[in-house]
Amino acid sequence: MDSHDFGKAILELEDITMQFGGITALQGVTYQVPPDVIQAVIGPNGAGKTTLFHCISGLLQPTSGCVRMNGHRINGLPPHRITALGIARTFQHVALFKSMTVLENVMLARHPRTHSGFLATGFRLPGMRSEEKQIRESAACFLDFVGLEDDAHLEAGTLPLGKQKILEIARALATEPRLVLLDEPAGGLNMRETEELGELIRRIREKGTTVMLVEHDMNLIMEISDRILVLHYGRHLATGTPVEIKDHPAVIEAYLGEG
Amino acid sequence: MNRKDWLLFLGVGLFIGVFPLVVLQFKAVSHYVDVMIFAGIFSLVCLGLSMLMGFAGQISMAQAAFFGIGAYASGILTSRFGLNPWAAMPVGVALSASVAWLIGIPTLRLKGHYLAMATLGFGVIVHIILGEEVEWTGGPSGLVDIPGLSLFGRPVTNDVHWYYLVWGIVFLALVFCLHVIHSRVGRALRAIHEEETAAEAMGVPTARFKLQVFVLSAVFAAVAGSLYTHYVTCLNPGSFNLMWSIRFLLMVMVGGMRSLWGAIMGTVLLTFVGNEWLQVFADFEVLIYGAILLVVAMFFPGGLVSLVPRWPGPRKDPIPAASDGGS
Repeated sequence: MDSHDFGKAILELEDITMQFGGITALQGVTYQVPPDVIQAVIGPNGAGKTTLFHCISGLLQPTSGCVRMNGHRINGLPPHRITALGIARTFQHVALFKSMTVLENVMLARHPRTHSGFLATGFRLPGMRSEEKQIRESAACFLDFVGLEDDAHLEAGTLPLGKQKILEIARALATEPRLVLLDEPAGGLNMRETEELGELIRRIREKGTTVMLVEHDMNLIMEISDRILVLHYGRHLATGTPVEIKDHPAVIEAYLGEG
Repeated sequence: MNRKDWLLFLGVGLFIGVFPLVVLQFKAVSHYVDVMIFAGIFSLVCLGLSMLMGFAGQISMAQAAFFGIGAYASGILTSRFGLNPWAAMPVGVALSASVAWLIGIPTLRLKGHYLAMATLGFGVIVHIILGEEVEWTGGPSGLVDIPGLSLFGRPVTNDVHWYYLVWGIVFLALVFCLHVIHSRVGRALRAIHEEETAAEAMGVPTARFKLQVFVLSAVFAAVAGSLYTHYVTCLNPGSFNLMWSIRFLLMVMVGGMRSLWGAIMGTVLLTFVGNEWLQVFADFEVLIYGAILLVVAMFFPGGLVSLVPRWPGPRKDPIPAASDGGS
């Protein structure tokens, strides 16, 4: 089934198991994400998709197993280190800094690529000033990229949900990831917004960033993904291209139930 | 610093600058200079606390203890070992910072208000030590014979000189803090306050920043403590108990949690209230503080600073507070 020859994997999941007390959310998931693809992760509710993202981004420590990025083990590292190494993410339930402006949200995400600390900023050392200028400029570029430049000075919490979702993506991109995890980016978007989102995700891949997304909108998934990983009850159920997955008997059964 | 900060700087700077000149013209209020010196010293504590609580969202119940560590370190080193006050101050600051660091490491790794709990206990411990270690601190009867401060070889004895010295330091500290707030570090602190998980996921080492800002608040408190020591020249554990920690919290809240300017305004107001206008209530003082907090929380939750009128100029269109994120 796993017939990819996309070169060396950017992300390797090896036998990932995640247990919460007596509940097993992920059971021995092994998978490799090749670089420069749009990799979808689907599955019925409770399949463990978001848990998998948490394990990759470091918000959860897998009970056992290993997560490797470009061959280096990253599980066990704190989330901010993993972000610095090049994995960024968005959240299923929008987690913006609501009282900060749209621009400031993206500026914050320049954190792992900049350095000034308390003393440099407090005494306004020369290096810090030019860095601050760079932060502002590059943040503006990322807003341009997603098309939110006109909203730069609004408070993030006042944006409509569709734009908040896009802002989350801009913020994740601003950390300059090599792999970006999008957790239900189309949730709550209308059809036009979803179409634009698909376009944006393609442009992200074209920039050379691998995209991994969890999504329930099957039209979007089938249209943009290069590969799909199907999880069911925390287990790896199937892998393949959209066409392969669409007709996969086990997937149909998982979604529609045993008929 | 933005335009608003510069305008406030001008206004507040002018007010602080001419205050003694005006007040000294009237005998009945000439001691207000003395009250304002205390307000300035407390403002230093509250600037640090505002950074910690208002911006990073961490509550400390031990600012009076750090204030006390700075004060007693300075007091003991100068009165018993004959050290120069300016040499004793950094020792107190270093001690206070190290203690904050030790308390912060285990507590600030966790999310939630563990710092408040740990500092609550710590504050009580420091107060007990100051009262019981009679050999060193003089115990409840206090530490006396502390020298005053000298500047450029001349002792600072005049209240007006003290006033400008203290407020000069406050303004330096304020500028430092404003710069931090309007920078990468300030954004990180605010992000931690709002969405700690998201901040961490965006690459902010949240535990390290919380620890650093806590240490910073302890440093400010210790500097203030040292100044206090050499101004009053005698120390008593009563000035460093839990009630004082709560007072510092109140000062920041009354002034406005999310504004460094608010911290100073709240401190000045509550210092006058405490030192001048509430003396008649004696033991009922606590009730009055409670009432003040209630009024602030109910009628102007943004604090005093939110009452400062808006100035003309480019202003953002107010947007109805519509969505809370939806979904």
